[in-house]
Amino acid sequence: METYTLIVLLLAATIRVATPLLLAALAGMFSERAGVIDLALEGKMLGAAFAAAAVSTVTGSAWLGLAAGMVTSIALSLLLGLACVTYRGNQVVAAMAVNIMVGGLAPTLALAWFNLGGQTPQLEAAGQRFTEITWPWAKAAHVVPFPGMLYSELLSGHNVVVYLAALLVPTAAWVLYRTRFGLRLRAVGENPQAVDTAGISVTMLRYRAMIISGALCGIAGAYLSVAASSGFVRDMTAGKGYLALAALIFGKWRPYPTLVACLLFAFTDALAVRLQGVSLPVIGVVPVQFILALPYILTILLLAGFVGRARAPDAIGVAYSKEK
Amino acid sequence: MSTTTRQLPRWADLVLLPLLGLVAALLISAGVIALLGESPWQAMKLLVDGAFGSQESIGYSLYYATNFIFTGLAVAVAFHAGLFNIGGEGQAYIGGLGAGLVCLWCGNWPFWAVLPLAILAAAGFGAAWAFLPGWLQAKRGSHVVITTIMFNFIASALMTYLLVNVLIKPGQQSPETREFGANSWMPLANEMLTKIGINFAPTPLNLAFVLAMIALIFVWLFLWRTRWGYALRVAGQNPTAALYAGISPSGMTMLAMVLSGALAGCLGLNELMGSQHRILIDFPGGAGFVGIAVALMGRNHPVGIFLSAVLFGALYQGGSQLTFDMPHINRDMVVVIQGLVILFCGALENMFRRPLTALLGRRAERGKVES
Repeated sequence: METYTLIVLLLAATIRVATPLLLAALAGMFSERAGVIDLALEGKMLGAAFAAAAVSTVTGSAWLGLAAGMVTSIALSLLLGLACVTYRGNQVVAAMAVNIMVGGLAPTLALAWFNLGGQTPQLEAAGQRFTEITWPWAKAAHVVPFPGMLYSELLSGHNVVVYLAALLVPTAAWVLYRTRFGLRLRAVGENPQAVDTAGISVTMLRYRAMIISGALCGIAGAYLSVAASSGFVRDMTAGKGYLALAALIFGKWRPYPTLVACLLFAFTDALAVRLQGVSLPVIGVVPVQFILALPYILTILLLAGFVGRARAPDAIGVAYSKEK
Repeated sequence: MSTTTRQLPRWADLVLLPLLGLVAALLISAGVIALLGESPWQAMKLLVDGAFGSQESIGYSLYYATNFIFTGLAVAVAFHAGLFNIGGEGQAYIGGLGAGLVCLWCGNWPFWAVLPLAILAAAGFGAAWAFLPGWLQAKRGSHVVITTIMFNFIASALMTYLLVNVLIKPGQQSPETREFGANSWMPLANEMLTKIGINFAPTPLNLAFVLAMIALIFVWLFLWRTRWGYALRVAGQNPTAALYAGISPSGMTMLAMVLSGALAGCLGLNELMGSQHRILIDFPGGAGFVGIAVALMGRNHPVGIFLSAVLFGALYQGGSQLTFDMPHINRDMVVVIQGLVILFCGALENMFRRPLTALLGRRAERGKVES
């Protein structure tokens, strides 16, 4: 019984940790399937987290904060597009530039505007944050272990962004595999010459992919600062953008496997928190750092082809030039 | 109307483009500073004064520059082989572990015995950490950018584990080792200068700066004066041509990564043996990423890397001065400048290159007609 409760709580924590990963990984999926490496997920998320917290602090509305986060992240995405698509610059360099720049700019602006040493004020008033939504009878159902507790902990009791993220997975899959836009998007990531020959603008398609990526990544960033916690703190993404990228690779650039990868990585994270200093039977104390490093180790093993094979879009990382 | 592609003159490519990028980055930073309600001109004066205004500030600037020379060279060597090593941070971290272990175990040996061991350990540990991504790229086709990022996180987890559970000084809360034996400390610049009769303010600038200079020369000799360096550059520019010339591109990939990691690993010689005298959490402090900016601005050439490393060292030192005098601005502003330099000197380079090529290329043609 005790173990059961623990597992349910662990799974609930997994869902909360997985949400920003999933949103960022879906963001990366759109740009990478269109042929643009999205190492800037980290920076875009951080920028969005700051913008969301700042706007929510000033206006008192979490929704406006979310919008600001999305706008910021889209703007950064367009900057990447300018560098990688229009000027055909190195995509990795451009992304690192965005990550480093935002890493400096967000605390600089926070310090200048709020004077709290590089963070934003605590969001306390109602409406400044996305709070948990309790589904009908969730409290009552909690008493019944199965399925009541599952209902109250796993389905109920999350904020609106979590449900949004869950809905976005089938939506992304539908857009990518069932619409004309999705077909073209995938084509431009595999063979831009063919798309160009068909009379479709490679540049426009890639820019659209960047905008979608920016929007999704913006939601992920806003989730961190106005839903999962109450305010922006320095370096609050803490590598989640890169972890999302790892999940995207682990999910082989496909929506549902990416969802599974995000849940798996989030589970290791939630587990690491639980296992801090706990001695397990047989194994003894598992070093938390090892569990935290596990997603990265798994991704490397996958990339190396030791467990399955991840195939990246063919034209990824290559700027398209008509003249070639 | 000729259809041949116009080439930018060499001097413009090597000097003008990076300078334009720097100017653009500084202009935008000035805009940000103005936005924050401070005077950009005043900030610039404080920055320059803080970086070069006194012996002490010069010493600090060069001390920071030492770190950036190592990481900048690391990025550049990989670049010449067509690889992008963003793992400098992790390689520096692990390299520092190597140097630190030597200093912890042999800290009481004479310095002339500790130094070569420490250099070997720093370079060796860094090289080993970079070898794996290099090997995975060469033999298994795993993209080195992604794997080096992953290795940064694994390095960080590994070091946290070691510092918290294994290497921590007993009876202490903060995760850091005991102090190295005093014999293993790098001689400070001011001490060395006193011996030859020059007075210099005490700063953390140390012998590692000289080692960084040697590394610069070594990289230049290696890349442009040895058969291996030539092979490495050919493999980077055209792997197919390299293959026909009997050069193994995958071998060069591994060689470049190992060298790159070794150079990044040497950061610990300056940071740990020169100044901290213990291993502590996250001592590279982002220097691995500064290396990207340094290499891009320095055009991957040792001379350029030296100049841009000094520039970034000065920015870091001047930036901390800025914090004292302008309460609304802190060191993060320097990170912004760093990001902008990477943007304008790297990713958005074509924004300047295209108009510049049109301008200077046309002039060259006209000159030909006249003569």
